[in-house]
Amino acid sequence: MENLTSVHRLLKHSSRNLFGRRSNRKIFTSIRSLSSGLICKPVQISEHFKQVNCFQRQIVSVHVGFIRSFGVGISASLPRVQGNGFRIHHRNLASMASIPIKNQSFATVNSDDISYFKKILGERGVVQDEEKLDDANTDWMRKHKGSSKLMLQPKDTQEVSQILDYCNSKCLAVVPQGGNTGLVGGSVPVFDEVIINLGLMNNIISFDKVSGILVCEAGCILENLISFLDNEGHIMPLDLGAKGSCQIGGNVSTNAGGLRLIRYGSLHGSVLGLEVVLANGTVLDMLGTLRKDNTGYDLKHLFIGSEGSLGIVTKVSILTPPKLSSVNLAFLACDDYSSCQKILSEAKRKLGEILSAFEFLDKYAMDLVLKHLDGLRDPLPSSKHNFYILIETTGSTESHDKEKLEAFLIHSIESGMLTDGVLAQDINQASSFWRIREGVPEALMKAGAVYKYDLSLPPEKMYDLVEEMRGRLGTAANVVAYGHLGDGNLHLNISTQQYDDSVLSKIEPFVYEWTSKQRGSISAEHGLGLMKANKIHYSKSAETVQVMTIIKKLLDPKGILNPYKVLPMNDPKNEA
Amino acid sequence: MSMNPFCEIALEEALRLKESGRASEVVAVSIGPAQCAETLRTGLAMGADRAIHVEYPGTLYPLSVAKILRAIVDAEKPGLVILGKQAIDDDCNQTGQMIAGLLKWPQGTFASKVVLDEENKVATVDREVDGGLETLCLDLPAVITTDLRLNQPRYATLPNIMKAKSKVIKKVTPQDLNVQIRSDLEVVQVTEPPKRKAGVILSSVDELIDKLKNEAHVI
Repeated sequence: MENLTSVHRLLKHSSRNLFGRRSNRKIFTSIRSLSSGLICKPVQISEHFKQVNCFQRQIVSVHVGFIRSFGVGISASLPRVQGNGFRIHHRNLASMASIPIKNQSFATVNSDDISYFKKILGERGVVQDEEKLDDANTDWMRKHKGSSKLMLQPKDTQEVSQILDYCNSKCLAVVPQGGNTGLVGGSVPVFDEVIINLGLMNNIISFDKVSGILVCEAGCILENLISFLDNEGHIMPLDLGAKGSCQIGGNVSTNAGGLRLIRYGSLHGSVLGLEVVLANGTVLDMLGTLRKDNTGYDLKHLFIGSEGSLGIVTKVSILTPPKLSSVNLAFLACDDYSSCQKILSEAKRKLGEILSAFEFLDKYAMDLVLKHLDGLRDPLPSSKHNFYILIETTGSTESHDKEKLEAFLIHSIESGMLTDGVLAQDINQASSFWRIREGVPEALMKAGAVYKYDLSLPPEKMYDLVEEMRGRLGTAANVVAYGHLGDGNLHLNISTQQYDDSVLSKIEPFVYEWTSKQRGSISAEHGLGLMKANKIHYSKSAETVQVMTIIKKLLDPKGILNPYKVLPMNDPKNEA
Repeated sequence: MSMNPFCEIALEEALRLKESGRASEVVAVSIGPAQCAETLRTGLAMGADRAIHVEYPGTLYPLSVAKILRAIVDAEKPGLVILGKQAIDDDCNQTGQMIAGLLKWPQGTFASKVVLDEENKVATVDREVDGGLETLCLDLPAVITTDLRLNQPRYATLPNIMKAKSKVIKKVTPQDLNVQIRSDLEVVQVTEPPKRKAGVILSSVDELIDKLKNEAHVI
């Protein structure tokens, strides 16, 4: 409270501008119920910012967001606000990148806790080694770093249940962690939450050859599952660049998308059952292996995509498609984005049932990959193209598929939709084409700092956003676009030498607002995590978020599971 | 059916020789069943001018291939025969050497660099050998077999595949070439090497010592 004075003065000034002459009670009441406790008493403006500390900047931005969505006519005062207080806050928001306030009701780990954990998990299951903790505390993007002093590695569901039961009773916050490859800071602690790493739970429990149903523990690495299934003549219904490290439990908890979604659908369709441990240690056995089961509410869908905030997934039962022998890959080039869309609709029609992936990258992405990754060359070096498309077909008959694909491609070239293209002749060529597309995130990391956005947009509008961003940023940054064009999912990445607030302020919240206007999703597949924890309102209505908050409160009353993430911040005072 | 990677490198080298003006025509030859025509189409798409397909559905051994190629060389009279060093299905690494023997031509095998001097009618070939690199000077006509580091083959792009559809693939049979296919070799058995046993992850030094002492008996 003490360090509020200067900030307080600032805010009073700005809040006066923001909320002008209007009586703001009504707004604040509704904001209170929607943002679930950001402000507890909707009376005076000064009181609102009472427990704020470093948090007030977020409140300001949230207010503005809500005001816009309510259509309350404060727009008249907004331009003035933007000139004064709001700009200050905007800059602060950019530099703070939403660091939340620590929930004071969480306990800190003490030696008694550690002895208890050592008793139930053994010495091996309790990790306090600094180097390992350092790794576990840092996310893949190296943008978020927690300060957890304890990592636990249970080896079965029983241990997970005991851990959570204990943590819930002692009010110790926890972060479930798998391969730690998430891109929104959802897999690492924010403060000193206990990390529960499921890496040791990596057994494959069963596989039924006839139905293709695989049952395994949550810590199985995706690539290992793919190799295992390869021997059995099946494949996993999802495939993503992080497959060498990501674990299936994490994939399910984040509803990972990936390269094959266009063919095999999302995890909501392919996951048949889950075993989940709730916040208080209750084990929910929903590990069905049935294709059809309409008995009651299908709760597993709540946990798929909940990013570890409703329960920890410990076992997964998933339907795996058979491995089809004929895989063909074409790397194509075209001149403009509208051709890309035409090719997509033609491909869906002409290739139909054999289409298994449809990806795109623009020339900036291509240049970046060729520059930063070794051993890769441009498959179409004859001229510079603006857009590149990767089309993969998977079917059971080699000759039939190749004929179909060749006919489609030749027709596309003759009609002018494609300017050039290559059909991979063997597995080496195919993997080098995939390396180009899958290597873009890696190349971006090597190029310096990257601001990553994962958006779902109407396909016609997708590239308009990219061009607008280019216009806004000019020479300050390299705007790179690639993604799952077949699913309407754009990965917009802005690459700079270093992280720079002035660049960030030109990007956010413009990119979210643009997406919101198109009724798109601000997070198509990456999830909300920490990075977008307060941005859900750009894509979901206030009432929806309210019901989500109710469910969270129901399943995790103390809020110990992956706090500060996914949903907008809860006021700690409201927990009591 | 895809092209043998070393043959792809050989074809790429031939195309580069043509593009630099040192060769006037590139003819691609393949011996085998009907699917060879597809491989030859890819070769034509990469830039070969003509293709010859010697149809033979049965098993082929390097000496038979060498004899057939010798017959074709006698008919076509090329200035250079360039092949991959070995096929990745049988790994024989014999055909190039055998052709050179049959034709009594000089040979430069495992080429990692080829420089053609048409004035003096010699080819300078860097060979990859166990000790390093050996440079040979060969009088043309000669036989060269290519190794991995010679070049990176171009991709056959779709517009070229379309153009290649109009190029000619001449079909012949071994009888037309007066070659008898018979083999002095008979494959008796092919088996996989025994599977490597999985490793065991140990959790402490004591366990390691125990295993080394009592299971592996090395200490």
